[in-house]
Amino acid sequence: MSAHADTHHGPPIANKSSRVDASVLGMFLFIASEAMLFGAFFTAYFFVRVVNPEAQAWPLEPFHLPVFVAGVNTVVLVTSSFTMHWALQSIKRGNRAGLKAGLVLTLMMGVAFLLTQMLEYARIGFNPSDGAFGTIFFGLTGLHGAHVFIGLTLLAVATVRAFRGHYTPEHHHGVEIPGIYWHFVDVMWIVVYATIYLL
Amino acid sequence: MARNPFRSEAEAYRFLLLTVGYFALIVAAAAIATWLGVAVFVALTAAAVGLWMRSRSEEPVQRTSVARVGGEGERRILVIANETVGGEELLAIIRRKAEGVQVHVLVVCPALNSQLRTWASDEDGARAAAQSRLDASLAQLERDGVHAEGAVGDGDPLQAIEDALRTFGADEIVISTHPEGRSHWLERNVVGAARDRFDVPITHVVVDLGASAS
Repeated sequence: MSAHADTHHGPPIANKSSRVDASVLGMFLFIASEAMLFGAFFTAYFFVRVVNPEAQAWPLEPFHLPVFVAGVNTVVLVTSSFTMHWALQSIKRGNRAGLKAGLVLTLMMGVAFLLTQMLEYARIGFNPSDGAFGTIFFGLTGLHGAHVFIGLTLLAVATVRAFRGHYTPEHHHGVEIPGIYWHFVDVMWIVVYATIYLL
Repeated sequence: MARNPFRSEAEAYRFLLLTVGYFALIVAAAAIATWLGVAVFVALTAAAVGLWMRSRSEEPVQRTSVARVGGEGERRILVIANETVGGEELLAIIRRKAEGVQVHVLVVCPALNSQLRTWASDEDGARAAAQSRLDASLAQLERDGVHAEGAVGDGDPLQAIEDALRTFGADEIVISTHPEGRSHWLERNVVGAARDRFDVPITHVVVDLGASAS
């Protein structure tokens, strides 16, 4: 290695022994932790269903879920992903008005989703202490709601920055990352809605 | 098909649309009959896994360019070999390449391990075995007048090459394997994959340990 030392100055090049790029590994670990978190709740939910095989309809009496209202809320959330995607595509093309409009609409629909969920909680007729189903229902939807709240916080920051003139077609990482997170939150809601309300 | 839905917003968006379609079909089928919902779930999940695995295999290979290090006139050779590290054919190639030039040889012996032991971080045995074969090979090269350094590398030969290249910067790579039919590395196309991935001339040496012993 003496010849190497003769020609190379400064610290040695970082030796990345991992087979996965650090940023990708970090994202995979994040996804894995989230999957385990939601997975724990889904396991509890399916356990409750499995130990009630005599149930002809789910959920058992006296629980009734507002499927239609939650369905409308689902449409609102999925639509907010469209506007999020539009916002990012706009800034990639240099369309600042599209970026701002897309972010504001996404933010508004996210807030509408959360408010509707709060109203749903208030009028649903049972609470977390009403048996295992009540606990898991509020646990799962509440956990998702917490993710929506985090997403809204990220979107709010991105929106304020957009109105202050940040982001360009070349540099829009501050919109891209909240966008990925927002789509992830939507994907999780599709799973929650389909599992809890529909199946 | 979304390759990695968390690499970009566009991929995440595509993944969301696929998720909506996936659950819409399952819910619609389950509304007709529960068993149909289960069947659609199984079929769609199998299709998704199949498409994902196919898209992974079709991902373009990222070519690694190797920075030149070392002095003028010095030739740096990286040798990757495991069970064949002490093979006569390999030693002969190294001796021949060392003739008449100032050569710097690094022999890397991947610590081959079972998948289960790798997952359990139980690598001590594999590393010790690789080190033992490496020591014997380095001693033989020393007796033949070729000074070489050695290191035990990652169990994946391609990763072992990449790790070594980051600090060694070879002008040439020599990969030693068992003959066709007995070599796991050839079965996994390690030599071809290395040629696709690394921007360095690669020599493949076949060592028939059975023939050498007889």
